[in-house]
Amino acid sequence: MNAIMTEKTNETKTEASPSEKYKLHAKNVNVYYGDFQAIKDISMNIKPKSITAFIGPSGCGKSTFIRLFNRMNDYVDDFKMEGKIKIDDTNIYGKKTQVEELRKEVGMVFQKPNPFPKSIFENVAYGLKIQGIKDKELIAQRVEKALVQADLWNEVKDNLNKSALALSGGQQQRLCIARTLAVEPSILLMDEPTSALDPISTAKIEELIHHLKEFYTIIIVTHNMQQASRISDYTAFFYMGELIEFDKTKKIFTNPEKKQTENYITGRFG
Amino acid sequence: MKVKEKIIEFILKLCASITIFTTIGIIVVLLFESISFFRTVSIFEFLTDTQWTPLFSEKHFGILALVSGTFLTAAIAIAVALPIGLTIAIYLNMYAPKSFRKTLKPFLEILAAIPTVVYGFFALSVVTPFLQTIYPDLETFNSLSAGIVMGIMIIPFISSLSEDALYAVPKSLKLAAFGMGSTRFQTAFKVMVPAASSGIIVSIILAISRAIGETMIVAIAAGQQAQFTLNPTIPIQTITSYIVQVSSGDAPQGSLEYKTIFAAGLTLFLFTFTLNSISFWIKKKYQEKYE
Amino acid sequence: MNNLKKNRYKDQAFKALGMLFTLFGILILAILLYNIVRVGFTRINWDFITSLPSRKPEQAGIYTAIIGTLDVMLLTIIFAIPVGVGAGIYLEEYSKKSRLSSLLEINISNLAGVPSIIYGLLGLGIFVRFFNFGGSILAGSLTLSLLILPIIIVATREAIKAVPSSLKEASFALGASKWQTIRSVVLPSSFGGIITGIILSLSRAIGETAPLIVVGAMAYVPFVPHSLFDTFSVLPMQIFNWTTRPQQGFAVAAAGAIIVLLLITFIMNGIAVYLRNKWQKKLQ
Repeated sequence: MNAIMTEKTNETKTEASPSEKYKLHAKNVNVYYGDFQAIKDISMNIKPKSITAFIGPSGCGKSTFIRLFNRMNDYVDDFKMEGKIKIDDTNIYGKKTQVEELRKEVGMVFQKPNPFPKSIFENVAYGLKIQGIKDKELIAQRVEKALVQADLWNEVKDNLNKSALALSGGQQQRLCIARTLAVEPSILLMDEPTSALDPISTAKIEELIHHLKEFYTIIIVTHNMQQASRISDYTAFFYMGELIEFDKTKKIFTNPEKKQTENYITGRFG
Repeated sequence: MKVKEKIIEFILKLCASITIFTTIGIIVVLLFESISFFRTVSIFEFLTDTQWTPLFSEKHFGILALVSGTFLTAAIAIAVALPIGLTIAIYLNMYAPKSFRKTLKPFLEILAAIPTVVYGFFALSVVTPFLQTIYPDLETFNSLSAGIVMGIMIIPFISSLSEDALYAVPKSLKLAAFGMGSTRFQTAFKVMVPAASSGIIVSIILAISRAIGETMIVAIAAGQQAQFTLNPTIPIQTITSYIVQVSSGDAPQGSLEYKTIFAAGLTLFLFTFTLNSISFWIKKKYQEKYE
Repeated sequence: MNNLKKNRYKDQAFKALGMLFTLFGILILAILLYNIVRVGFTRINWDFITSLPSRKPEQAGIYTAIIGTLDVMLLTIIFAIPVGVGAGIYLEEYSKKSRLSSLLEINISNLAGVPSIIYGLLGLGIFVRFFNFGGSILAGSLTLSLLILPIIIVATREAIKAVPSSLKEASFALGASKWQTIRSVVLPSSFGGIITGIILSLSRAIGETAPLIVVGAMAYVPFVPHSLFDTFSVLPMQIFNWTTRPQQGFAVAAAGAIIVLLLITFIMNGIAVYLRNKWQKKLQ
């Protein structure tokens, strides 16, 4: 609390947002790929230890937006961003930001499981090793903890040296979640994490996400409306690069303010 | 951390820049000695005289005598390699069953892997005696045998590059042609080859460039006599085999003989550079068309 | 109906021609190998490999040529591999779509098409004369290194390109820096492809003759080189020299040396093809 307050003194006092209430804070964000504007003036505040779902049709900007929080768009050619994004009151697009440090704080799970062609253990230990951690016991501890958290430990504890590629798709995705958790981030970004999985694996991951909420601030992009309504606290509906509506999930799915939102969630387009 | 990353990037960049220095080095070395050569010999004589006798007492410096030998062997090589290589490419792409293809391709790759000095030996000790049984007046050293063997060497080059080009043609075009009742032959020549034409042309140009620069086969089997001729049965000399001849002897640095190999090398470099640039340009244009 | 028959006939005729030409290529390969083995096999024995070259064809051996080839290869590996792989990494992972990178690209594609004898002239002008290395093993190795650099660079780039971008993204998302990602994700995943390219490029270098003649490799070297600045011979040089001599005995010796050279080349190519297939399977 104190740390946040002292950091805050560096910021202009006119920023009226009660920032200690929010983990993530985006203000007037515009994103361009060359001439194409992918994100149009979006502002959004996300509370800590909540699950926020991003929904919307393909190409609506939700994937671009989620990738702003760990700066994964930096590698895209012609990418340009305007506006401010803050995590715990620190501007992550500031000049002093170390992208590598940021990404240890903001973990990401991708659409398709993408384990490294290494052993299960090495996959989870990867993030720790690149931080320069050499203490073998500490690494083993953190790997186990992450695998337990990702609900995979019981299935793999006897085969930690087996190739990660030998796991099933659902297990691979939970391994990727464990790999992200091992770095001990405070925010988890999930870009359609179940779209490549079968229903049973999907259910397992949804349950896992629900448990993880206790420790992490989670943002999940999903195409699956039921998934959004099942697991999220808040839902943001994107359309054509704009944030159409952002509210409690219950409100969005039962009584949306905007006609477009209603049309989308009732399946009239998309 | 940041510093280490920067240092690594700098070192890698240095590695990549060595290729630039190589090109600059080639140009500087060739130009430097050639300019000194052209102080003694006029460019006019170099380009118009039809005799090349720098190692004789009566010296002539007509590069045409070497150029004619170079293009004669290259033409024979392409005449052999083009029809065979292209037919193989079409056969492998359109006709050959997958298993057959899989066994054949490594054999063709072996042809490409054989060192050229071995081909030279083959031309001199096997092909020339064989051709002499058909045409007894063929001399021991001649451009026919060297050209044919060079053509054999180039076959896998043309066949694999052309097959890549055929392979890159969208499957839908092939299926459309089949769907209208074309035979494989019609599909190949009316649809596939035209669609892949730029890639095939690139393979031919690169093959010509390769043939012009090929050294050991001609140095061993085509003779060492620079002659302004298109007769394939007599000894000739190419630009490359002239450079070999001078290098095998002991031309002192600074002598005119020493400088001739750079002037000859510059001529060769200009030919291959032009051909390679044309092929690069076609390739770039062709990529844009399909993307 | 008649037309249809004619078309089908043409189709079959071309199929036969295609098969014929393909088999022709293989037949030539067989004739070439048969003739060389027939002539040279009598010379293949331990003496041939361990004897020094000689003016008498029956006593001539390839010892200095083999040692020279091994030395040149070792040095070429040391010079060319780090630079070639480094340049490949730079072009694929670092250089953005800039003017420099497109210049590098055009330049490398052009270098790959420069005749090997021109590299010989480059080596003669730069290493032999300018740096004054003379016709030494060092000058020869440096020349061959420049010659195979484009091959290694292109192979490295192809192999790196084949690494799924999702793996790189995963590494970046875990907070890895660019070099960490390259070292622990990109290079291990592209290792098979890079090694294949390196072996193929070395097999090319082993068979090269022309540039080494120009640089000043000697056909007759009666001793084994002891330092980087000694004169040297290599197998193809020895073969070339024996081929150009009139006595039949030297032609036999040349054929014997060719058997050894081809054996080395084929083994290297075989390993490369094996690794390539294994690597491609692993990628899928």
